[in-house]
Amino acid sequence: MSALLKSSIARKVVMALSGLFLVIFLILHVTINLASVIDPETFNVWSHFMGYNVLVQFLMQPILIAGVIVHFAMGFALEIQNKRARSVNYVKFKGSENAPWVSRNMILSGAVILAFLGLHFYDFWIHEMTYKYVEANPADPTRYYEETVAKFEPMWRTVLYVISFVLLSLHLWHGFASSFQSMGVNNKYTPGITKFTKIYAVVIPLAFIFIALYHHLNPVMH
Amino acid sequence: MGKLDSKIPSGPLAEKWTNHKNEINLVNPANKRNIDIIVVGTGLAGGSAAASLAELGYNVKTFCYQDSPRRAHSIAAQGGVNASKNYQGDGDSDYRLFYDTIKGGDYRSREANVYRLAEVSSNIIDQCVAQGVPFAREYGGLLDNRSFGGVLVSRTFYAKGQTGQQLLLGAYGAMNRQINRGKIKSYTRHEMLDLVLVDGKARGIIARDLISGEIERHSAHAVVIASGGYGNLFFLSTYCMGANVMAAWRTHKKGAFFANPCFTQIHPTCIPVSGDHQSKLTLMSESLRNDGRIWVPKKLEDAKAIREGRLKPTELAEEDRDYYLERRYPAFGNLVPRDVASRAAKERCDAGYGVNKTGEAVYLDFAAAIERYGKEKAYTMGLKDANKDTIRKLGEEIVEAKYGNLFQMYEKIVDENPYKTPMMIYPAVHYTMGGLWVDYNLMTTIPGCYSAGEANFSDHGANRLGASALMQGLADGYFVLPYTIGDYLADDIRTGAIPTDSAEFDEAEKAVKDKLNRLIAIKGENTVDYYHKKLGKIMWNKCGMSRNEKDLKAAIKEISELREDFWNNVRVPGEATTKNQELEKAGRVADFLEIGELFAMDALDRNESCGGHFREEYQTPEGEALRDDENYRYVSAWEYKGDPKNSKLHKEELVFENVELKTRSYK
Amino acid sequence: MKLYLKIWRQKDANSKGKMVDYTMEGIEGDMSFLEMLDVLNEDLITKGEEPIEFDHDCREGICGTCSLQINGRPHGPDTRITVCQLHMRRFNDGDTIVIEPFRARAFPVIKDLIIDRNAFERIQQAGGYVSVNTSGNTVDANAIPIEKEMADKSFNAATCIGCGACVAACKNASAMLFTSAKVSQFALLPQGRVEASDRVRSMVRQMDLEGFGNCTNTGACEVECPKGISLENIARMNREYLSATAKG
Repeated sequence: MSALLKSSIARKVVMALSGLFLVIFLILHVTINLASVIDPETFNVWSHFMGYNVLVQFLMQPILIAGVIVHFAMGFALEIQNKRARSVNYVKFKGSENAPWVSRNMILSGAVILAFLGLHFYDFWIHEMTYKYVEANPADPTRYYEETVAKFEPMWRTVLYVISFVLLSLHLWHGFASSFQSMGVNNKYTPGITKFTKIYAVVIPLAFIFIALYHHLNPVMH
Repeated sequence: MGKLDSKIPSGPLAEKWTNHKNEINLVNPANKRNIDIIVVGTGLAGGSAAASLAELGYNVKTFCYQDSPRRAHSIAAQGGVNASKNYQGDGDSDYRLFYDTIKGGDYRSREANVYRLAEVSSNIIDQCVAQGVPFAREYGGLLDNRSFGGVLVSRTFYAKGQTGQQLLLGAYGAMNRQINRGKIKSYTRHEMLDLVLVDGKARGIIARDLISGEIERHSAHAVVIASGGYGNLFFLSTYCMGANVMAAWRTHKKGAFFANPCFTQIHPTCIPVSGDHQSKLTLMSESLRNDGRIWVPKKLEDAKAIREGRLKPTELAEEDRDYYLERRYPAFGNLVPRDVASRAAKERCDAGYGVNKTGEAVYLDFAAAIERYGKEKAYTMGLKDANKDTIRKLGEEIVEAKYGNLFQMYEKIVDENPYKTPMMIYPAVHYTMGGLWVDYNLMTTIPGCYSAGEANFSDHGANRLGASALMQGLADGYFVLPYTIGDYLADDIRTGAIPTDSAEFDEAEKAVKDKLNRLIAIKGENTVDYYHKKLGKIMWNKCGMSRNEKDLKAAIKEISELREDFWNNVRVPGEATTKNQELEKAGRVADFLEIGELFAMDALDRNESCGGHFREEYQTPEGEALRDDENYRYVSAWEYKGDPKNSKLHKEELVFENVELKTRSYK
Repeated sequence: MKLYLKIWRQKDANSKGKMVDYTMEGIEGDMSFLEMLDVLNEDLITKGEEPIEFDHDCREGICGTCSLQINGRPHGPDTRITVCQLHMRRFNDGDTIVIEPFRARAFPVIKDLIIDRNAFERIQQAGGYVSVNTSGNTVDANAIPIEKEMADKSFNAATCIGCGACVAACKNASAMLFTSAKVSQFALLPQGRVEASDRVRSMVRQMDLEGFGNCTNTGACEVECPKGISLENIARMNREYLSATAKG
């Protein structure tokens, strides 16, 4: 297995699979978030389920975290290898003439998303862990909506949130379809996959942005 | 005759090769492991020979000046490879391929060699398909064929306009397999500078590592020279820039006879010269003559108007065009052999009908083919009354599928769209039929030194037919040399490794180093290219498409003087001990300046017109070539005697028992 | 035309290189790019300077020898051609042209603009062939009918000239397009299927050993490939590799 993972193609497949996994996770995430706009009740119910269900907490959550770590770690490892593959740089290199910006800057969009994830973990995950396991507070199935909306109160966080999702959009724009190519899928369905990628890469991040702006503009009154 | 024993086996023509294979000596597999062979050149002939010899078990070393064997100029061959498969059922056979080749070569090649070539041609296709060469196919999944000049059947196998590339990659793959097994050691960016003889036998070479400049000694029990032709002595040609005669010429200077140096092929369909800085000419495949019609204006004033840009070729009415090949040679039309087509173009341009600025170009027009294909396609699509534009569009698509890469190449170079306006073409130097003299076993007059492919002289006579070069290169390498070389090496099974510290190697290395140092030391006024271009002008003007006694005599004198000047006034910058492209070029041009003189001497000796050798003094009243079978039915084989002008002519009488010598007619 | 050239000069593999400025006048549009360099070299030699070394051979776009990065792009500003097919009419009076060798760790510079592409050789040697002896004792060529579409696809992959523009264009200096073209040519034909698994494993292993970067599917290689080799080949190689690995 370790020998296999030394091959460039296998590593790219790992990137593709972990990426696709995260892409699917985004659907779940955005669905729950949308509930916060439509119906705070439902949002609370869903959030509580996610926070206290044993399967979700002790099986799915570790898998998700592992997926995130693998995707980022492999991404950086590949990037280092790629940089090393050109020991002397060009004096003039016009990458823009033959490849789109998004595809050439996945590491940049990825790094911004990683930084955002740091904030996101700090805001929600660490908060949750502290609430549940460190402070050992009793379960409160109705707190989620207010806590979430409160996070979007400060302007700076909302702006960071929007910027991050713009970069997520760019990352998806290339990454989603590209993962199919990495796994060897390039056939008559490819144009369809590419089109779907573009829709997905716009719609999903836009939904997140919409939610953030919505809560920022509609704070909970105390 | 002494030295010139062609060793043609006895017996009926069709059985010679089989009988010969049954009778020659073999080397047992265990002994092959103790025998080393050097192959110089890795094109179709060298690459296929190296792979086959290594498969048999010999230890092979290959040498090429390119950075990869795959880049040898065989890769540029466009049109196809002939084989007498008769897949089209149009009456082809080994005999017909043999006959067409002998006739196409104007009866100046050996019957036995040519028959063997035809005989193994089918094997080539089987072999290449087995290797995964992606030949063009029909919808039924079987191989497709097309026609080439000088024949009345469809026997040319092709892979779009990149047949040479695909065949070479096949041979290169076979080589790689042996490199991977350790049976071939491939020396790239290496140039052979001399042949080393021990006790009169070829026992190794001196080579220069073109990166480090180091001079290396390599020994072997036999040496194969497969280094291609010498057409680059014309400076402008369709050869690659690095093509040179060094390996063959230095072998000649070590005692191998050089045969028919004046037999050069001038290819009729090349992109015309555009300016003074031109470094090379580009071929437009002969396959284009399947569909293209060649013409010039009928009236001088129209030609003048076109040259001055006042008239467009597409504006000229059908009745004002002179399809001169169709007019002069109704049976073969645009598909006459190359020498005939080239001379006809020159004749029209000399008469003032040329169509580009310099007056040295004729049209190759696809309008008729586009219309014909378009109509066919529209019909099969059920478009009964398609308009002109639709027909044109459909036709262009078909022409693009057939010749797309050639059309694109043309447009890039000339900056005109050949789908809309006829191509302009003019003849250019393309191939040399002459080369090292070899016997039936492909051995030169030096024992143990073989020559294959374009580097030898054996199969094409005075003119090569299209798609026959690939056939010959692969036949020599895959199917002839692997057998015949064993006959010689059978005596070498007890010899053991050849030492490289002998006096012979010392001497050869010293001579090579002295020559390189001398080139560097001249520090004269003129660049290497200056001499190369001057030589090219002399060759083109006096030894080109038509020759005469006066010009040839002048050429001999001028080349000799130019060589003298070169050795006193050339400037080679840099050092001999580093990468030095100018030094590489200088060595090659030095050899061209010698072979050029022999070339002219050979042309002067041959008082007849045959194939690509056209002597103005010897022509029919209609301007066709006039052969002299009584006095010149021989191969000229020149022996080096210290200077080209002292070269001694030996004659190998050509015997024709199976074909009747006729005036070659394509009318 | 008057042109300002900035050209990479490097004495040998072990020296450090640098850009050197040259000015050229009287350049005609009909000249090829390499002919323009010929003229420059003639000038340099006449002036007693060392000419610029660059690789070139067939000058008709098929041998794959020429390997120049011109104004930041392999083989210059046009697509579907090699440097030798680039003509000066593509440039304007007063232009500055930056000329560098193809750059990759796996393609070290030998001198000036000449690079060492032996990495490609070793990838091919690892398995870029069908293991069939050249004895001529094979089956008749037409005994293996091949679907025209497959034959054409195989041909398209086989048109790769091995120039290295794909590596030069790739921001990661990846050799996936080159390797996949060879893998595909054989994978698409029945003759090549027999050894398909071994071939793809060996060639990919060698490609990785040479120190090329990884493919991030930017598609730059396909755009710059003089022969238009398609990205489909890379997907096919990925597929072949995965199934070969699954087979063990």
